[in-house]
Amino acid sequence: MENLIGLLVAAPLLGAGLLLCGGPRLDRAGHWIGTLLAAVSFALGAVLFADLLGRGREDRTLTSHLFSWVPVGGFRADVGFQLDQLSMTFVLLITGVGTLIHLYSVGYMEHDERRRRFFGYLNLFLAAMLLLVLADNYLLLYVGWEGVGLASYLLIGFWQHKPSAATAAKKAFLVNRVGDMGLSIAIMLMFTTFGTFAFGPVLAHATDAGEGRLTAIGLMLLLAACGKSAQVPLQSWLGDAMEGPTPVSALIHAATMVTAGVYLITRSGAIFNAAPDAQTAVVTVGAVTLLFGAIVGCAKDDIKKALAGSTMSQIGYMILAAGLGPVGYVFAIMHLVTHGFFKAGLFLGAGSVMHGMNDEVDMRRYGGLRTYMPVTFVTFGLGYLAIIGFPGLSGFFSKDKIIEAAFAKGGTEGWILGGAALLGAAITAYYMTRVMVLTFFGEKRWQPDAEGNAPHPHESPRTMTIPMVVLAFGSVFAGGLFSINDTFLKWLEPVTGHAEGNSPVSALTVTIGTMVVLVLGVALAWAQYGRRPVPVTAPRGNLLTRAARRDLLQDDFNHVVLVRGGEHLTRSLVYADHTLVDGVVNGTAASVGGLSGRMRRLQNGYARSYAVSMFGGAAVLIAATLLMRAV
Amino acid sequence: MNPVNYLYLAALLFTIGAAGVLIRRNAIVIFMCVELMLNACNLAFVTFARLHGNLDGQIIAFFTMVVAAAEVVIGLAIIVSIFRSRHSASVDDAGLLKL
Amino acid sequence: MSTTVAAAGMTSTGEAVQFWLLGTVAVVGALSTVLMRKAVHSALSLAGTMIVLAVFYLANGAYFLGVVQVVVYTGAIMMLFLFVVMLVGVTAADSLKETIRGQRWLAGLCALGFGILLIAGIANASLKDFTGLGQANSGGNVQGLAALIFTKYVFAFEITGALLITAAVGAMVLTHRERTERAPGQRERSQARVRAGEQLPPLPAPGVYARHNAVDVPGLLPDGTPAELTVNPTLRARGQIRDVSGEALQELAALEQRSAEWVEGGRTEGAKEARK
Repeated sequence: MENLIGLLVAAPLLGAGLLLCGGPRLDRAGHWIGTLLAAVSFALGAVLFADLLGRGREDRTLTSHLFSWVPVGGFRADVGFQLDQLSMTFVLLITGVGTLIHLYSVGYMEHDERRRRFFGYLNLFLAAMLLLVLADNYLLLYVGWEGVGLASYLLIGFWQHKPSAATAAKKAFLVNRVGDMGLSIAIMLMFTTFGTFAFGPVLAHATDAGEGRLTAIGLMLLLAACGKSAQVPLQSWLGDAMEGPTPVSALIHAATMVTAGVYLITRSGAIFNAAPDAQTAVVTVGAVTLLFGAIVGCAKDDIKKALAGSTMSQIGYMILAAGLGPVGYVFAIMHLVTHGFFKAGLFLGAGSVMHGMNDEVDMRRYGGLRTYMPVTFVTFGLGYLAIIGFPGLSGFFSKDKIIEAAFAKGGTEGWILGGAALLGAAITAYYMTRVMVLTFFGEKRWQPDAEGNAPHPHESPRTMTIPMVVLAFGSVFAGGLFSINDTFLKWLEPVTGHAEGNSPVSALTVTIGTMVVLVLGVALAWAQYGRRPVPVTAPRGNLLTRAARRDLLQDDFNHVVLVRGGEHLTRSLVYADHTLVDGVVNGTAASVGGLSGRMRRLQNGYARSYAVSMFGGAAVLIAATLLMRAV
Repeated sequence: MNPVNYLYLAALLFTIGAAGVLIRRNAIVIFMCVELMLNACNLAFVTFARLHGNLDGQIIAFFTMVVAAAEVVIGLAIIVSIFRSRHSASVDDAGLLKL
Repeated sequence: MSTTVAAAGMTSTGEAVQFWLLGTVAVVGALSTVLMRKAVHSALSLAGTMIVLAVFYLANGAYFLGVVQVVVYTGAIMMLFLFVVMLVGVTAADSLKETIRGQRWLAGLCALGFGILLIAGIANASLKDFTGLGQANSGGNVQGLAALIFTKYVFAFEITGALLITAAVGAMVLTHRERTERAPGQRERSQARVRAGEQLPPLPAPGVYARHNAVDVPGLLPDGTPAELTVNPTLRARGQIRDVSGEALQELAALEQRSAEWVEGGRTEGAKEARK
C-alpha cells in the first residue's frame, strides 16, 4: 500500500514529462492523457483513503522511504513520503479538484494551439503540489514548494504573447521567491536547531528548542506561507495572476498553490504552538489579509479579480484559524477543503461566463445572464451561497467555526479577531452578492467589442459544465458531511490535535451574528446594484473605492518602498562602491603604480648603476659592522 | 714606520679600483680596476701575514692570484665574444637588463 | 730593495723611504689606470702599480709572492690584457663623458664613504704589534709556503687546479667559433661582393704620382682631392692619413715658378756668355 504513495506523485509527473517532451504527435490526445493521469492519481488517492479508513484512528500514517538523496556526513536528506490524515485530505482535494479542472480545461482550451503544453504544465503543477503535501521532510517539501512556484510561473504566463501575462508571471515568481527565502532560512534554522529536516523528529522535539529559535523559525515559515498563499505583505501577485487562463486561476485558488501556506503552518503546528509570538504574527497576518482581500474584492469590476480578492480573504480566514493553534487547525483545513470546492466552482463558472461572452471580464458589461447560461447560473449560484455562508451549505459550517474559534482566542485579542472575522463575513456577503447581481441579474449591458462582434451568450460545452456541477455538489454538501458527528474533526485530530476554546460568546450567538451580518451585506449589495440600473462605466467612487480598485495601493506601496528604496539603496551602494571601495583599491593601485614608476628609474639597465648600489651596500655593511663593534 | 701603512695603502688602492669600476665604461678597463682591487686585497693579506707571523696570509694571496688568473681568462674571453657580436666593449651598450 | 727580514714593530728607515716613494708611485699608477682615456695607457699604469706591489710583497717577507706577482700578474695577466686591448681596438678611446645621470657623483660619494670607513676600521683596530715573519721564513719562504700548500691547503690547491683547467676550457669554448658551413671560396666571395654592390675591381693604390709612395698617403683624384679608398681603413680610423692634396698643388706651383725662373735665368746667363 505504501508503494502507491510514490505512484501518486509519479502519475502526474509522468504526464508532465510525456506532454512536455512528447512533441506535436501528442497534440491530438495530449489533453486526454493529462486528464487521465490526473484521474489515475485521484483514483490512487481514493484507494489509499479507503485503506486509511480501514485502519485504526491512531494508525493512519503511511510512510514510504524511496532513496537517500544527499547523505553527506551528518547531513542527511532523504526522499521519502508520509501519508497521514492531513496529507490525505490535501491529496484528495488536489487530485479531485485538479482532475475536474483538467476536464474543464479540455473544453476551455479547445481552441488553443498550445493545449498539449498547457496540460503538461497542469500535470506538473499537480505533481509538485502532491510532492509538497506528501514529503516526509522539509527539504523535500521545499522541492515541491519550488516546483509549485515554477508551474505557477509557467501557467500564469501561459499566454506569454501578452506582455501583461508575462509580467504577471514574473511578478508572481519574484514575490514567491521572497517567501521561498523565508522557507529556506527556516529549513536551515531547523537543521542547525534539530540536526534534521524530517517532520517526525523536528515536530516531536519542537518544545525542546529555545522559544527564540522557534519564534524565528515560525516567522520564517510565516513569510514562506505569505508568499505562497498571497497574504499581506506578499499578496500583490495574486490579482495579476488572473492573466493566466481561467482554469489556472481555479487551480491556483482552489486546489494548489495558495493552500500550500496553510498546509505549511498546519503541518508545522508543533513549532507554532511552542512559539506564541509567531502565532500572534500569523493571526495578525490572517486578520489583516481577510479584510484586505474582502475590500479589494468589493471594488473590482473584473469578475476574476473580484474572485481573486475573495480568495485572498478566504485564505486569510484559514491563516487566521491556523494561527489560533489547536483550536483552529482543523477548521482551517476544513475551510480550505470547502473553499476548494466552491472557489473552484466559482472560477469555473466565471470562466464559463467569459467563454460565452467573448472573453469579456468586466462585470458591468454582463447582466441578465441567468437565462442564457442556466447551468452556469445554478452552479455559480450554489457556490455563491456556499461562500457567503448560507446556512446549510459548506461555507456556513467551516466559516462559522473559524469565527467561533477567533472569539475563543479570548481576551481583547479574541474580540478583535472575532470582530474582524465577522466584518469579513459581512463584506464577503456584500461583494459576492455584487458579483452575482452584476453578472446574472439586471438588464443586459453587453456591447459589441472593439471589432464590432456582439457577444452571443451561450451555455458552455459538457466538458466544462460537468466539473461545475460536481463542484457545486461539493459546495453544497461538503460542509454538512464534514460536520455531522464532527467527522472531519475526528479524522484530522490525531495529526493536528484539537482543543475546544472557551468562547466568551456562545456558538449560537456567533451563528446568529453571522446570519445578521450576512443579511446586511446581501441587502446592501442588492440595494446598490439590484434595485438601481448599473452604469456601464464605473463611477468615480470615493477615496476608499478608488484605492481598492488599485488593490489598496499594494503595488504603489511596493513601488515606493521596495522598488524606489531598492533603487536608492543600489545607487548609494554603487556610489559607495565607486568612491569608497574603488577609491581605496584604485588609490592603492595608483600609489603603488606611481611609486613603482619612480622606483623603476633605478632599474635603468646599466650594470654600472647596479654596481653603485652594490658598492653603497658594502659601505653600509662596513658602517654597520663598525657601529656594532663600537657599541 | 708602522707596517700598518701598507694596510692604508691597500684600502686606498681598493677604493680607487672600486671607483674605477663604477666610473669607466670600457669593459677592459673595468676589468683592470677589478684586478687592482684584487691586488689591494693581496697586499692586505701579505701584510696580515707579517702581522701574525705566519704564512697563511701569503697562501691566501697566492690562491687569490690563481683565481684571479682564471677569472681574467674567462672574463677576457667573455669580453672578446661580446665585442665580436656587438662591436663594442662598453658595458653601457649591453643594456639587456632593462626591458 | 730591502730584503731584510721584516722586523717586529717598526720598520727600518730604508723600508719607510721605500714605502713612501713607491707607495706614491702605486697610487699614481692606480689613479691613472682609472683616469687614462686609452685602455693601453690604463693597462701600462696598472702594470706599474703591480710591479710596485711586487716590491712591497718582497718587503713584507713574501719573496715567493713577489716573484709570482711579477711573473704571473705583470708578465702574464697584464700581457693578456694588452692582447685583448689590441684585439678589441687599441684606438678605441673611451669617451670620459658620463652618460648615466648622477653616476659619477654617486660613485665618488660611495668611494669616499667606503674609503673613509675602511681606513677608520683599520685605524680602529689595534695593529701595533707586528710579529714579523722572521721565524716563519726561517726555513726559507718558498719551503714554508710549500709545506702549507701541500698539507693544510692541499684540497684548496687541488680545487684551484681544477678551477684553472675549467677556466682554460671555458675560455676556449667562449672564444671558439664553430663553423657550421663550408668556408666561402673565391667564387662565393666574388658573387657576394657583386650582390652587395661594393667596390668590384681592386682598390686603387695609395701614394701615386711618384711623389709620396707611402701607404699613408691617399691617391689623388684628377681634381686633386684625396681618394678615400686608396688608404687602409685602419689607418683612416686611427687618423694617421697624411693629406697631401694641397701640398701637391703648392709644390706644382712652386715647380712651375722655379722652372720659369730657371728659364729666365738661363736666358740672362746666355746673354752674359754672348757678351763675353
